[in-house]
Amino acid sequence: MGLVDKFLAREPRSKDIAKQRLQLVLVYDRQVISPGLMRTLKEDIILAISKHLDVDASSAELSLSRSADCHRLILDIPLVRRERRV
Amino acid sequence: MAARVITITSGKGGVGKTTGVANLGVSLAQEGNRVIVVDADIGLRNLDVVMGLENRIVYDLVDVIEGTARLQQALIRDKRLPELHLLPAAQTRDKTAISPHQMATLCDELRQQCDFVLIDSPAGIEQGFQNAVEGADEAIIVTTPDVAAVRDADRIVGLLEANGKGTPRLIVNRIKPDMVRRGDMLATEDVLEVLVIELLGIVPEDENIIVHTNKGIPIALDGQSPAAQAFRNIGKRILGQDVPLMTLSEESRILDRMRRLVGRG
Repeated sequence: MGLVDKFLAREPRSKDIAKQRLQLVLVYDRQVISPGLMRTLKEDIILAISKHLDVDASSAELSLSRSADCHRLILDIPLVRRERRV
Repeated sequence: MAARVITITSGKGGVGKTTGVANLGVSLAQEGNRVIVVDADIGLRNLDVVMGLENRIVYDLVDVIEGTARLQQALIRDKRLPELHLLPAAQTRDKTAISPHQMATLCDELRQQCDFVLIDSPAGIEQGFQNAVEGADEAIIVTTPDVAAVRDADRIVGLLEANGKGTPRLIVNRIKPDMVRRGDMLATEDVLEVLVIELLGIVPEDENIIVHTNKGIPIALDGQSPAAQAFRNIGKRILGQDVPLMTLSEESRILDRMRRLVGRG
């Protein structure tokens, strides 16, 4: 690389790279509930609800929402209407 | 009045907890307080060596808890200061030799005899850490300005809050101002942005620490070097004094950031 190229194509400082990596790794580290636990929770919850209500398990979604004051577990699960038999 | 029990912890190993405990113990004692420093790193004791008291160990923390020895038999008085004592760890046992509950009981006993109990926590998040924090009123986290250490410190912040120990304060250790200026090292403000806890102090990298540790003399005892001054300042801040941060190259921005963070408190 020529001198001018070097001057213009300034590489990011290593500390900026470090900071970015740190912030990213902490997003994952700070997750309150691991992906594995989310899967288990979802299965267990669907099972429990299915005892009382007909649900569309395949369309069910369990998600984690993080607001300023707390984390919320949010379940979105469609209920299936029983077909009327005539 | 009962003592304040402070655990110095980090998560990551090798960031300067033991050196910190030794020097903060000295600093607090220099300010006229009665201090007991406790090495909670059972099996890998080092506080004795850093303080240069390794030849005087007869009984240790585990002996006291198991009833083999009385507390007064195990405490080693540091003759360089009027009121600084060390309770060493056991070397031939491991972290499972005592329970968090037993440590908490011991802390209650220590509380009656001094103004400050400083507990040198082992690295990690397992029983050694649990032992070290159970009896504590407050915690100080030590980190170095690098990704791995800060990441581990973040985990510890969460664990301390989950253990009902409140929000810890931070010491950023081994800062090299020239590297920070060049952009080759995380600045204290970068660390604070990520951890979002109150800054207690910054300790610069200082070769004198190695020299003093070789000799078994905590640097805060007689050193005039930057690290010695930093430790003494942190000791004063623990006492509630408002000591401005030392002149390192990143100083004024840090000051502003620290004031803003504390103000948000």
